[in-house]
Order: sequence, then C-alpha cells, then structure tokens
Amino acid sequence: MTAMVHLDKVCKSYRRGKEVLQVLEDIDLDIEEGDFVALMGPSGSGKSTLLNLIGGIDQPTGGVVEVAGQRLTGLSSSALAAWRSRHIGFVFQFYNLLPVLSAVRNVELPLLLTRLSRRQRRRNALTALEIVDLADRATHKPGELSGGQQQRVAIARALVADPSLLVCDEPTGDLDRESADEILGLLGILNRDHGKTIIMVTHDPRAADHARHTLHLDKGKLLVDAAEPAGASA
Amino acid sequence: MSWFGLVWSNLFRHRVRTGLTLLSVLVAFLLFALLRNVIESFSGGLEVAGVDRLVTSPKYSIIDPLPLAHLNQIAAVDGVAAVTHANWFGGYYQENSNFFPKYPVEPREWFSMYPEYRIAPEQLEAFANTRTGAVVPASLAEEYGWSVGDRIPITADIYPRRDGSRLWEFDLVGTYTGPPGESEPVTFLFQYDYFDEAAQFGSGTVGWFVVRVVDPDAAAEVASRIDAAFENSLNPTRTSTEAEYQRQFASQIGDIGLMMSGILGAVFFTILLLTGNTMAQGLRERIPELAVLKTLGFSDTGVSLLVLAEAVLLFVVGGALGLGLGALATVALAPTLETVTGVFQLSWTTVALGFALAGLLGLAVGAVPALAARRLTIVDALREQ
Repeated sequence: MTAMVHLDKVCKSYRRGKEVLQVLEDIDLDIEEGDFVALMGPSGSGKSTLLNLIGGIDQPTGGVVEVAGQRLTGLSSSALAAWRSRHIGFVFQFYNLLPVLSAVRNVELPLLLTRLSRRQRRRNALTALEIVDLADRATHKPGELSGGQQQRVAIARALVADPSLLVCDEPTGDLDRESADEILGLLGILNRDHGKTIIMVTHDPRAADHARHTLHLDKGKLLVDAAEPAGASA
Repeated sequence: MSWFGLVWSNLFRHRVRTGLTLLSVLVAFLLFALLRNVIESFSGGLEVAGVDRLVTSPKYSIIDPLPLAHLNQIAAVDGVAAVTHANWFGGYYQENSNFFPKYPVEPREWFSMYPEYRIAPEQLEAFANTRTGAVVPASLAEEYGWSVGDRIPITADIYPRRDGSRLWEFDLVGTYTGPPGESEPVTFLFQYDYFDEAAQFGSGTVGWFVVRVVDPDAAAEVASRIDAAFENSLNPTRTSTEAEYQRQFASQIGDIGLMMSGILGAVFFTILLLTGNTMAQGLRERIPELAVLKTLGFSDTGVSLLVLAEAVLLFVVGGALGLGLGALATVALAPTLETVTGVFQLSWTTVALGFALAGLLGLAVGAVPALAARRLTIVDALREQ
C-alpha cells in the first residue's frame, strides 16, 4: 500500500507576544491509503493542529507534509485551496453547514468549484445524501435537522467531490451517544466499502474503537501505541 | 445551485435587515430618479431651443426691464429677420400652487417667431383682435378644465392694475400645441397691449426680446451687433442663444443642478455609511462560514468576490426597484409638474446613470468587507467558533 499521508519532522509553533509556543515537535508519520486512524490526546496536545496541517489549511513552521502525493509545504494559498477541493473532505465538530442553504445545496457547495453542469452537480449531491441516508431531507435547511442529521449532511458534503482523504475533527463531539454511533458507523462504511482514508481527531475512546489504528499525541509529540497493530506508523 | 444562487441566499439570510437596507437604497434611488428629472427638465428645454433665435435681455439682471423702443433698433440691426418681445408676468390662478408661466406678447408676431407652436388661424385672429384675449397650451386647458369662451381670473403678484386691484381677467380665445413628439408648451399668453395699458407700472417696457436671425451661422455676430447698439445706453443688453438665455434664467433662480447634486450627494453618502456598517456587521457574523468555504476549496479571491457580489447585488436590486418606482412616480407627477418645469420624464440616461451608480456604490460598500474576507485565515476563524 502507498502512503496517503507522509510527515517528516514536522514542527508547528505560534508566537504569542514575545513567547514562542511549540505546538508540534518533530512529527514523523505515515498513514496508508485506505486506513482509518483515530488521533487522540489531551486538550492542547496539538491534535487539531496536526489535522489542519494534513488537511492543508495550515502550514508547518518546519518539516515536510506530503498528502495524496502532493508536497503541501510551501504551496501558495490559492494552490492549497485548489488542492483541498480535489483531495480533502472536511467534517467538523459543529457541522458548519450554511444555515441559509438546504441540505442538498450545502452538499453541492464544493461542486461549484468543478466544471460539472448544474444538473450533474445536483445529481451528485443527491447521491451523496443517499449514501448518508438523508435523501428524504434534501430540501430541509440545517435548522430543521437534528444534530446527527446535520453531521450526516456535513459528511455528504465532505464526500461529494470524491476526495481521497476525509479529515474529521471531533465529528461526534456535539452528538448524543446514539447519533454518535450512527456517524461512526457511517465513517466505518465509507472506509470499508468506499475505500476512503479517514483521519479522525477524538477525545472519546469509544469513537476511537471504530478506527483501525489509534495515534496518541501529548505535548506536541506523537506517542507510539504498542497495542496497535502495524498500519499507521509513527 | 449556481454562484448567483449562493450570493442571493446569503443576501437574504436576515430578511428584516436586508429588507430595511434594501428599502433605504430604494428610497435613495427613487429620490435620485425624481431629482434627475428636475435637473434634466432645465437642460431639456435647452436642447430643443431654436438655433436661429436669439434672446436679448437686460445686461445685468432679469428684474431690470428694457424699453420697448429697443425693438425698432434691434429690427434695424444687420442680420435680424424679425423681433418680438415678452414679459415675465408672474401671478397665479385661484391658488398660489396653481403656477404656470404667463407672458404678455404680440399675438401674431409671437406665433410667427415660434412656428413650431400650432394654433388654429381663426383662434390666432381672435387672440390678436381681443384686447383681454388669452391663449393657453391645450394641456393646460385640459388640466384646469378651461374651454374657449371661459373667463380666467389671474391674481398678480408683480403687476397690480392701475386701479390697485391685483385681479386680472382674461378671455380664453384659443389653445395651442407644441411640435409632435416633443414636450408640451406651458405658457399662458395674453395681449401685450392690454398689459401695457392696464398695469400700474412697467408701461412701455418689456422683459426680453426674441430675435430671429437671417443666417443662423452668423448668430454670434448678430448678437454682438445688437449688444453694441445699446452698449452706452441706459439699458444695455446681453444677447445670447435661447439655450444660453434659459440657462442664465435658471441660474438666477439658483444653480439647480448644484443644489440637486448636493442633495443627492448627501443622501448617497448617508446610504454608504449605513449600508457599509450593516455589511460589516453581517460579515462579522459569518466569519466561520467564510472560513468553511475556504476550507472546502474556495480561494481567497473567490470568497472576497462572493462578499463583494452581495453588496453590488443589494445596490443593483435596490436601485432597480427605486428607479422602477421613480418611473411610476414620474408618470403620476408629470401632469402637475410639467406646468412648472416644462418637461418631467425619466430618461434612459438617468436609468443608465442610476444602474452605474448602484454598481459603484455596491463596490464601495463591499470593498472593505471583501478585503477582510480575503484576509481571513481559516485556522483563526474556526478557532473563534
């Protein structure tokens, strides 16, 4: 299998006044295509920062980030945006749907950046909603849907452009147990049946159980989990 | 969904706020349409003015009259084909608000000078032969319900009668019309001889002369010769084309264009501030959403253009509604206002100018929020959630 994600001595620091805050330190990581990796760690350990670097919405202060065969380090803002639209699907804790758009229009958003016709965009968006079992709510606005349903719409939006990698930042963090299980089951299906590589940040060990591998971060450093089978390698 | 659909949906996320903003833009453009009509009504008359006619008026002020005796001297100037005269009478019909221009004139000479005004020959004869006779534009007669044979009372505000009375009575002997396809005339005409005899003062004087030149190409030279003839007299003159004269007349009332432009400038500046503030507030509320769009792959430029397009769309829609309402208001107000301004219509120039202004205002209002949206970093914006 080829590496979907390759990180080589990746560092990330922020400047707060005169103080330099080291968030990630010398991260080496390879995640293979088709893997489902849970990223765990205490608050402030750098999980989301690492996810942002892999998703191409932030740049490291050192090291190399390579995702889906593209070296992201040094890419311009517009090149990164174009790359994200083709390769990455994002799922957020708070769904981040546009409240003024119906479910199907929210799902259609990433397709506005493609050359697909309006009809084809609509058809693909409806297909994505069918995959998450929400086709019957296509015309509902986010405010008319439950949290679990909104998250499923968000997953459909992440899927619709057929990205190779899904990055999920606490996708069940705002859901009740039942809805969380539904979402995790759905992510499992996408990984197993649709071959999507998934990286999921979570605090919840039960959520992490749905992943094939779990990585732990603490104080900006990646810890090797001896109990995990080989796959993701830190 | 299209890009336009996305912009449209975002624009109407707060229906009340957008509705009120739209209303303020609408009112501004309604005002724009109506005030532009007024500005154009002053310049509109200038464009239809005859090129072979000159107007000789007092050199220093329209209030100073000119002696009627100038007429023969002007007629004798080389290059002059015909001369006639008029006075500004003022006055009103029944109520102050019923205002329209009224000139005492020489009937035959006046209609000979203005052949584009059409009057039945027998009515012109009646006008010439009736001392208290008057003719009015057909549209004015229709507006006030006058018919030939009616006696029309006019209350004078400048020229009382010799007996001290301010009530002048005229016998309506005919109506006249303007050239087809052009604006209707607005002036109430009556006999100069009657005015000259009955007015308490001003006998033997006129307000201005209208001069037809033999050769329009030599109009400037003829004008100079006329003014030169009276240069050292007690009543020096200034001769200009009809267009220039009307412009001078309007400027003595005030610089209409400047006043109107000043009002419009103040209105649009206020709209700019109010709408700019509303747009900025709307942007602050949507920072996480804009960050999500960027996360999905929308470029910095793409997101800033979305924000800019919302502002432009708001102004274009508000402008279109305002101009549309302005067109309806113009139709409704024209019968009343055309008696004062001559022409009162919404021109295509005003419509085009309105849309251009709407686009520019939209760009001005949207520029700062669009720049802020462009500079937004995804990580910082999502952290604010």
